[in-house]
Amino acid sequence: MKKVWPILVVDDEEVMSESMAAWLREDGYRVDTAPNGQTALELAKKTDYAISFIDLKMPGGMDGIETMMEMRKLRPEASIIIITAYATVDTAIQAMKEGAQEYIVKPCHPQEISMLVSRILKLKKLQSENVILRKKISRKYRHHDIITKNPRMEEILSLTQDIASLRSTVLICGESGTGKELVARAIHYSGARADKPFVSVSCAALTETLLESELFGHEKGSFTGAEGQTKGKFELADGGTIFLDEIGDISAKLQADLLRVLQEKRFYRVGGTDEVSVDVRVIAATNKNLAEEVKEGRFRDDLYYRLNVIEIRIPPLRERREDVPLLAEHFVQRIASELGKDISGISGDGLKALIDYDWPGNVRELENVIERAIVTSRNGTLTESDFSWLTQRNAAGQNWDVPDVPLSELERRAIIAVLERKHGNVKEAAASLGIDRSTLYDKLKRYEIVH
Amino acid sequence: MNAIYLVAIGSVPSQVLDWVEATVTEWCPWPVRRLPSLAFPENSYDPNRGQYQSVEIMKAVARRAPENTERILGVTEADLAIPTLTFVFGQAQLDGPVAVVSLSRLRQEFYGLPGDERILHERVVKEVLHEMGHTFGLTHCPESKCPMSLATHIGLVDSKEERYCGRCGEQLVRKITAPDGEPT
Repeated sequence: MKKVWPILVVDDEEVMSESMAAWLREDGYRVDTAPNGQTALELAKKTDYAISFIDLKMPGGMDGIETMMEMRKLRPEASIIIITAYATVDTAIQAMKEGAQEYIVKPCHPQEISMLVSRILKLKKLQSENVILRKKISRKYRHHDIITKNPRMEEILSLTQDIASLRSTVLICGESGTGKELVARAIHYSGARADKPFVSVSCAALTETLLESELFGHEKGSFTGAEGQTKGKFELADGGTIFLDEIGDISAKLQADLLRVLQEKRFYRVGGTDEVSVDVRVIAATNKNLAEEVKEGRFRDDLYYRLNVIEIRIPPLRERREDVPLLAEHFVQRIASELGKDISGISGDGLKALIDYDWPGNVRELENVIERAIVTSRNGTLTESDFSWLTQRNAAGQNWDVPDVPLSELERRAIIAVLERKHGNVKEAAASLGIDRSTLYDKLKRYEIVH
Repeated sequence: MNAIYLVAIGSVPSQVLDWVEATVTEWCPWPVRRLPSLAFPENSYDPNRGQYQSVEIMKAVARRAPENTERILGVTEADLAIPTLTFVFGQAQLDGPVAVVSLSRLRQEFYGLPGDERILHERVVKEVLHEMGHTFGLTHCPESKCPMSLATHIGLVDSKEERYCGRCGEQLVRKITAPDGEPT
């Protein structure tokens, strides 16, 4: 439904205020009139007018400028248009200085007022949409919207509140799907930077060159396709927070660049010669053991210490199984309503199946599992049978506890395990691995496996 | 039974009143009756601007309305204005009984061009539809071709069509046929 904006017309001459009000009402606005400043202020206390037209000269009591100043004390965001029959530069300057949005000389062309009103209301609409969106985002990421009754998680949430207003760098560690970005957003939206941008970058998703341009921006012509100057995420996050996800995956060069930004709060755009200064809080996250990466020489120790000023370790879901029912019920309510399905909850055996599962993909996996069950279920309650495929997955996964090692190491270990199972028979081992014998011999040689 | 009244303020060609009557009759179920023309109210002329204040004309038209008035539409050759605006093509009480239409700026002669009856006819129809729509509670329409769209210069009047858009037409019919709007 179209919003009906309230407008106020203030003039001591009734014919002026009423004719103007009638003209505006034809345009669909709700219009009030006031014969003097005092009445206007009384009305403004009750209604937040989108626009107030105020006549400059009103004999006795407050004149237009005084009325405007008092009104702005009540409502600092009020849009006020001063109207007068006599334009002088001095009064125009004074009106604008005291905060009038516009100054018009009557009589003016209908088109002028029509355009002025629609311009101001367009701005008002954007402003109110902005406020609503900000409130929505901030509500979504308040710390008490992270669902938990696990003591360790509750400690983490309390810590996010304590550190929200600091500007120290935070390193959030945890397996994939544990909600690292949610915690980062909770920190941002609980602190003084809440009304400034929160910019999220997934460092693993981009190549080194693209990531550099993504983070720091680029100048026109700095590489093929760079058609204009583009701001990077650090500039876009100015005044707010940048969230660098999967920080353990960035190259040595980017590690050096990032260290410089953290130390000096300045950087160069790709292909640029001018330094750009920013005030950005950095929150980084990783699912790797960064201390181990440092020990192995893959991650700079100076950057690690810069990032790790405050460290938050989010426990995997299997270490806080008491949260599974809470989270599951929450997801059922939300997803069922989003998908328009009439599902009220999860049965006892259904919940047991969920609690027993190990959740290698953590909360994100739980959310996906609930969504899949809701989509396929034909009942009003989700039961164990809606999660039967999960039990099979659990059983299959029990012998497959993937260690945190490179893929080549996994391959080496898999070959050794299969060879042992096949008592050193290369032909059978190759068949079991789905490769031919010569390929297996190559791999045995490469991994220096003696059989 | 209620009626729709037409009244000229000052002298208005009877042919123009015929156009107005035909336009109103097409939409309204009430009989259309003409009243003797009114003289301009004394205080309506603004010598500084050489124009008539539409508020004063509207008041005079309202005073002339018989008891069984459903709507009363004034038509005048005078150039109308309100204190804040340099001119108005017409004015109406939103969801009220009184409206007034000025022919002055609908005439080609106002713009230094030779008179054109066909163009005047089209513009009169559009302006009558516009002000009559307001009296039945219709506000300005975002559709520029609809006669209910806001026209701040004659070019915008000319780009309108002589029939309401679907939304405004439907709203008008609903209002006219609503229990409190039925012919009595």
